[in-house]
Amino acid sequence: MEALSIEQARDYDHKRYLWPMGFGIILLIGALTSVGLYAGMTLFLFSAPLITYGVIPLMDWLIGKDSANPPEEALAALESDPYYRWLTYIYVGIELVFFAFLAYVVGTFQLSWLEWFGLTWTTGILTGVSINTAHELGHKKPRLERWLAMIALAPVAYGHFYVEHNKGHHRRVATPQDPASARMGESFWRFLPRTMVLSVASAWRIEKERLARKGKCAFSSDNEVLQAWAMTAVLWFALMAAFGTQLLPFLVLQAFLGASLLEAVNYVEHYGLLRRKMDNGRFERVQPAHSWNNDHIVTNVFLFHLQRHSDHHAHPTRRYQALRHFDDAPELPTGYAGMILLAYVPWLWFRVMDPRVVRHYRGDIRRANLQPGREEKLLARYPAADAAGEG
Amino acid sequence: MRKWQCAVCGFIYDEAEGLPEEGIAPGTRWEDIPDDWTCPDCGASKDDFEMVPTD
Repeated sequence: MEALSIEQARDYDHKRYLWPMGFGIILLIGALTSVGLYAGMTLFLFSAPLITYGVIPLMDWLIGKDSANPPEEALAALESDPYYRWLTYIYVGIELVFFAFLAYVVGTFQLSWLEWFGLTWTTGILTGVSINTAHELGHKKPRLERWLAMIALAPVAYGHFYVEHNKGHHRRVATPQDPASARMGESFWRFLPRTMVLSVASAWRIEKERLARKGKCAFSSDNEVLQAWAMTAVLWFALMAAFGTQLLPFLVLQAFLGASLLEAVNYVEHYGLLRRKMDNGRFERVQPAHSWNNDHIVTNVFLFHLQRHSDHHAHPTRRYQALRHFDDAPELPTGYAGMILLAYVPWLWFRVMDPRVVRHYRGDIRRANLQPGREEKLLARYPAADAAGEG
Repeated sequence: MRKWQCAVCGFIYDEAEGLPEEGIAPGTRWEDIPDDWTCPDCGASKDDFEMVPTD
């Protein structure tokens, strides 16, 4: 096997010229919002939710899937091609400019409550989707990218994610201990407060223990959770100093909406999946079978291949352009954008997803990650008895 | 003897200690661990490890 050059490897990336749409969509939403603002069309101020929950799921369905994988010999070249990482850096710049613009508008324009809400929701979607870019950057080894990840998380006040996701979620994924892995029978509305509260607690504990090993106190300037939160404080205070303290409800609500969007994606990613507990008390290693994937083109472009989630957990520092599809990994019926819409309506979600979890465990949901207190109900609906022992 | 740390979750492989519960004897050099070995904590591949400077 001979490694390919960057030029040769490019041909294997079918989405190469689509990736700039990752921030292209932010520019488009920015343009639509501006038109709505200056032409007085309130509907346009809702452009981010309309695109995220309407246009993108529809386009996923219309445009379809791409399951092509770059060959092994192209991975190293793809990985080192600077084009891809520059797209994520540009994204962060655009995020910050658009966020500041929205804060300026909300702080200084005379707005009706409906206009205010449209702009706040659009901001929440912007900062929420940006957590995905922060996620891509936060997994990388270079210091610059880790810093950009924290900066991208500042508007949404979710900097603890940077710590919890890598050192918490990646270790405990698909176990009952992980606040960011949803259980079968757990609705999104139960998952949301659980994951939000426990993720903060987990991030704090991880940093406290890490600093204790270095002989430092938790309230040290090396605490990455505090560093990230300080960035939010600086940014929010600067915006309030510039555009007025009446900005505070806007800042808080957009942060909540943004974080909820991320947590909806988290809900989808590992729903019901469970790693087996081994005799020594440890959980089996993370396998492709422990993440839900999807290969729809449109959502994969906007999410920097996040939906090739099994490979992401196998190679967390691998860059998005080099992530691969696995035929035998659990596959969702549509992209994450469509799936989170389903997640908001629990009875519909359970109807679509529970049978998929059952099928994944070949009829034996005793092997799934079940919501405590709902085991009996779930087993009554999906009896494991007829699943003959070993699956 | 060197130490290698998982860049994702922070797990440390210490060559001096090995990982006896996984059949990796104390003293096993990083190079001698199979390429398909993954982080026992988070499942990250060997490529995701970095050498830890000894202090």
